[in-house]
Amino acid sequence: MSTDLLCLLIPLLPLLGFLINGLGFRKVPTSLVGIIGLAGPVLAFICVFLLWGAFKAGDNAVIKSVLFDWISVGDFHINFSFQIDQLTMLMLGIVTGIGSLIHLYSIGYMHHDAGFGKFMAFLNLFLFFMLLLVLGSNFVIMFIGWEGVGLCSYLLIGFWNTNTSYNNAARKAFVMNRIGDLGFLLGIFTIMATFGSVEYTDVFTQAVGMEVNDKVILTITLLLFVGAMGKSAQIPLYTWLPDAMAGPTPVSALIHAATMVTAGIYMVVRANVLFSLAPLTLDIIGGIAIATALLAASIGLLQNDIKKVLAYSTVSQLGYMFMGLGATAYTASMFHVITHAFFKALLFLGAGSVIHAMSDEQDIRNMGGLRKSLPITFWTFLIGTIAIAGIPPFAGFFSKDEILAHVFEHSKVMWVLGVIGSAMTSFYMFRLLFLTFFGEFRGTSEQKHHLHESPLSMTLPLMVLAVLSALGGLMNVPEVLGGSAHLAEFMSPLFDEARQANPAIFEANALDHGTEMMLMGVSAGIAILAAIGAYFMYVRNAAVPAPDSAERSLPQQVVYGKYYIDEFYESLIVRPVRALGDAFYSLGEFAIDAVVGGVAFAVRGSSTALRRVQSGSISLYVLIMVLSITLLVALRFFTLPFIGGK
Amino acid sequence: MLTLSLILCPIVAAIAVLFSSRETARITALVGTLVELALAAHAFYYFTANADFQYGFDYAWLFNATDGKSGIRFSGAIDGISLLPVVLTGLVTPLIVLSTFKQTYDRANSFYALILFMQSALMGVFVARDGFLFYLFFEAALIPIYFLAAMWGGENRVKVTFKFFVYTIFGSLLMLVALVYLYANTPTTTTGVHSAAIADLYALNLSQAQQGWIFWAFFIAFAIKMPVFPFHTWQPDTYVESPTPATMLLAGIMLKMGVYGLIRLLLPIVPAGVDRWGSLAITLSIIGIVYGAIIAIRQRDMKRLIAYSSFSHVGLMAAGVFSRSEMGLQGSLIQMLAHGINVVGLFFIAELILQRTGTRQLDQLGGITRNTPKLTVYFMIILLGSVALPLTNGFVGEFLLLAGIYAYNHYLGLVAGLTIIFGAVYMLRMYQKSMFGTANTRTEAIADVSSSESYTLLVLCVFVFWMGLYPASFLKLTEPAVANLLQYIK
Repeated sequence: MSTDLLCLLIPLLPLLGFLINGLGFRKVPTSLVGIIGLAGPVLAFICVFLLWGAFKAGDNAVIKSVLFDWISVGDFHINFSFQIDQLTMLMLGIVTGIGSLIHLYSIGYMHHDAGFGKFMAFLNLFLFFMLLLVLGSNFVIMFIGWEGVGLCSYLLIGFWNTNTSYNNAARKAFVMNRIGDLGFLLGIFTIMATFGSVEYTDVFTQAVGMEVNDKVILTITLLLFVGAMGKSAQIPLYTWLPDAMAGPTPVSALIHAATMVTAGIYMVVRANVLFSLAPLTLDIIGGIAIATALLAASIGLLQNDIKKVLAYSTVSQLGYMFMGLGATAYTASMFHVITHAFFKALLFLGAGSVIHAMSDEQDIRNMGGLRKSLPITFWTFLIGTIAIAGIPPFAGFFSKDEILAHVFEHSKVMWVLGVIGSAMTSFYMFRLLFLTFFGEFRGTSEQKHHLHESPLSMTLPLMVLAVLSALGGLMNVPEVLGGSAHLAEFMSPLFDEARQANPAIFEANALDHGTEMMLMGVSAGIAILAAIGAYFMYVRNAAVPAPDSAERSLPQQVVYGKYYIDEFYESLIVRPVRALGDAFYSLGEFAIDAVVGGVAFAVRGSSTALRRVQSGSISLYVLIMVLSITLLVALRFFTLPFIGGK
Repeated sequence: MLTLSLILCPIVAAIAVLFSSRETARITALVGTLVELALAAHAFYYFTANADFQYGFDYAWLFNATDGKSGIRFSGAIDGISLLPVVLTGLVTPLIVLSTFKQTYDRANSFYALILFMQSALMGVFVARDGFLFYLFFEAALIPIYFLAAMWGGENRVKVTFKFFVYTIFGSLLMLVALVYLYANTPTTTTGVHSAAIADLYALNLSQAQQGWIFWAFFIAFAIKMPVFPFHTWQPDTYVESPTPATMLLAGIMLKMGVYGLIRLLLPIVPAGVDRWGSLAITLSIIGIVYGAIIAIRQRDMKRLIAYSSFSHVGLMAAGVFSRSEMGLQGSLIQMLAHGINVVGLFFIAELILQRTGTRQLDQLGGITRNTPKLTVYFMIILLGSVALPLTNGFVGEFLLLAGIYAYNHYLGLVAGLTIIFGAVYMLRMYQKSMFGTANTRTEAIADVSSSESYTLLVLCVFVFWMGLYPASFLKLTEPAVANLLQYIK
């Protein structure tokens, strides 16, 4: 098959699935819904595989595929076109691969739901937009995908739409993302004004010649990053992501952990030439990233909802990825995107399996001892936990360590903060694991009676993801551990232009092997210590977190209340806007009416002759108007010398 | 000649409606508007993508000169700038007629005849090539819509339509004065008579001071029609009190007369006036975007919410025109069509819900989606068009408009861009409060859309996606005329 056709098929196959299940919702039989819904992603995955072959056969040369001229004004064109390079290939692999697994899982998880067809359709639509996002060859196609995945996120968070708080969460996600999207859009406009094009290749080639920290480049990169903040849940636009857990769990795994939320990282890596030219922006990104990583991790320490812990963990891990970007460790960040996709999807799906078994219970205070009744879920969840905690030799260790090593080169303080964050990560993840799977069962007897391991359609994805989480690190083992950094080598051509544009920023004082080993040892050691700490607390001492009503010390209460950021936004933005809306409506409109009407009245009032007519009825006006129009038409047959006829 | 038939066909149909029986009135009206649609579709399909005026007609009318050019002439044609408003008028009117099929109106003959007269006048505005002819149709469009609102409207219709009428008449009078003044200033050297041809008005060499006055006369006339802040206070009440078909005509088509007037008359006739005052006009427009959107967030009545959203959106179109960039102008042309489609859809859906539940108040609705899969999907698609999601019609327009405004001034672009945030807030709020949540006694037995309603919504949705997926079918046709216009004003 030609590469053009493959590029086209990859997003179209899931779209087709969406159309069939979506339009035929309530008519397609349940047994077919699952097959149709799964076929799109799986076939797309096969196409990605074939495309990979074509890409390799072409010596990893960039492939472009132009479909049509989408929007054009004058000399400015936005093509609907795709671009295949190393970055796209990686993202395509993750999106269709993990996407397929989660679709399979969803069949088991959702097939009892009345809205099963709708659910599969929305998941397919999400894949379509996500694939557009990573396939596009210019910023505007990326923006289509960007907003499209936001829509699907909205639809799926509010999937159970009779629940008002779910609906509110969905709306909040969409609106917060829109704030970021405005930044992205303005960034695109600045790119258009500066480079006269939105096509990646055009923009980046021209950018190579620009000055480091050029004002325009700073503006562009900051605006683009505002977009990334929204989509990838960084401070201050992160509060939608924990609320997004209202959606069914496969959604949390696919959209709010593995794929969509990493779009911000994809965007920065995609525009690495621009960001490399803007060290100032990178410093800002790094600062926001570490703050987000720590803030979210600290909240995660005290959460008791299994999905909320994972949600804050996702926010925190996204912070790590941006930390890497801030230290120009683009490859390391992408590496973490990949491994995170493996283990976070695994953890969410594991959580889903638990929730499924516990009859929709999500509070870990009411769980405990589940490892006996859910063995596969337990073992795979354990692997995911070890992977995310950064304990060798599982995937998270390699990717997080690579980020931290680069951060160390950049700033020792940031590295220390990063290690503190990873200690918290290890602690809250093992806390979650122990409270869920160890100790005594704390739920109702009814729940206990009902406990069961999930069906194969759900456990199979868990097992595959567990293998990937365990071995995923091998794709980029650093030299110091005897590896050959495959991923770094593969991705290297992506950064050629950036190296050319700003060589200084890539000239890291390379760490000697001793230091590198020491850093790894420290972070792995601390992670293990934190895990042991959690073991003593929650297994040995069998501590169970206090109920919500319990008295807490002030710092604990603040963290438990998520630093009251939501309340802060509510009183700083939401309520003032509402008050303004009421004030405009009741007072503003009245005042404008009075002023504009008053001026008009004053003008008219000066003529007493007209006054009598004004007080008259509307019909009189209309009559006059009709007459004058008739007169105007009839004038055709007369001449009026004083206006200038013959 | 095609252009002339576009004006005459609805009049013929209106007369036929007046003489048909009460039962067949709406069918006759539908047939008439469908013939008109065919004519408009023909004009669209065979339109040559250049800057020329096409399908024109030109007759002597008043104060004729021997050269057969000057004087006031009955002449009209379609160029790239008129094309999309003509298509909009041709497309939306049959849908409005179709949307009434489940309703029975008193004096149905008059009702449908007025809609058709309105269509004729609107077509006339969009094709007129003579300043006075433009004025004539601009005024004539007011009469049928006034009667529709005053006779079939809600409880407060008398007070509300009076305000509407006074406001718009006031604006029109300013325009008339400006036109007479311009006419009197056209040279008579070659032919001995003045000329009201719009092309001749473009060629006038007016002083800065003259241009300033004329700028304001035109601007206020068009600003009231759209409306632009602060000339908008007639609009929400009028939209709410009018019967929904009239609201659709007002918001879907009639307000585009204002945007069209800015492009056709204001920009090219007084370029120096726009240089001087354009920044003020664009600022007012952008204030309106944010002001209208913030009010929309708090509305409880669906119809009033949509009215304020329309006010907010039209500010963006006006601002795009005043950015005087190719993007801004192309954006406002395509957005006129897109907005017409979306707003007609939204008002129609509000009406559907009112007919079925007896209320448009958001706090009395909820849970509708359970019984109405079709309505849920149609509403969502039109809503996505309104919030300018990429691949829908709203995106293309808003993207180009915002790009044009941002290039004009970054800060204004940023403020105008707030529309994408606020738009999402009030639209999703409306959708959630009406469609989602738990059903109550009013909404639990709601019926899904009937087949005639479904056709209307389906056609609108097709346009939402067609324009969003392949806007080139529209942009290509308007581009040469816009480029030509920009040369004129620079």
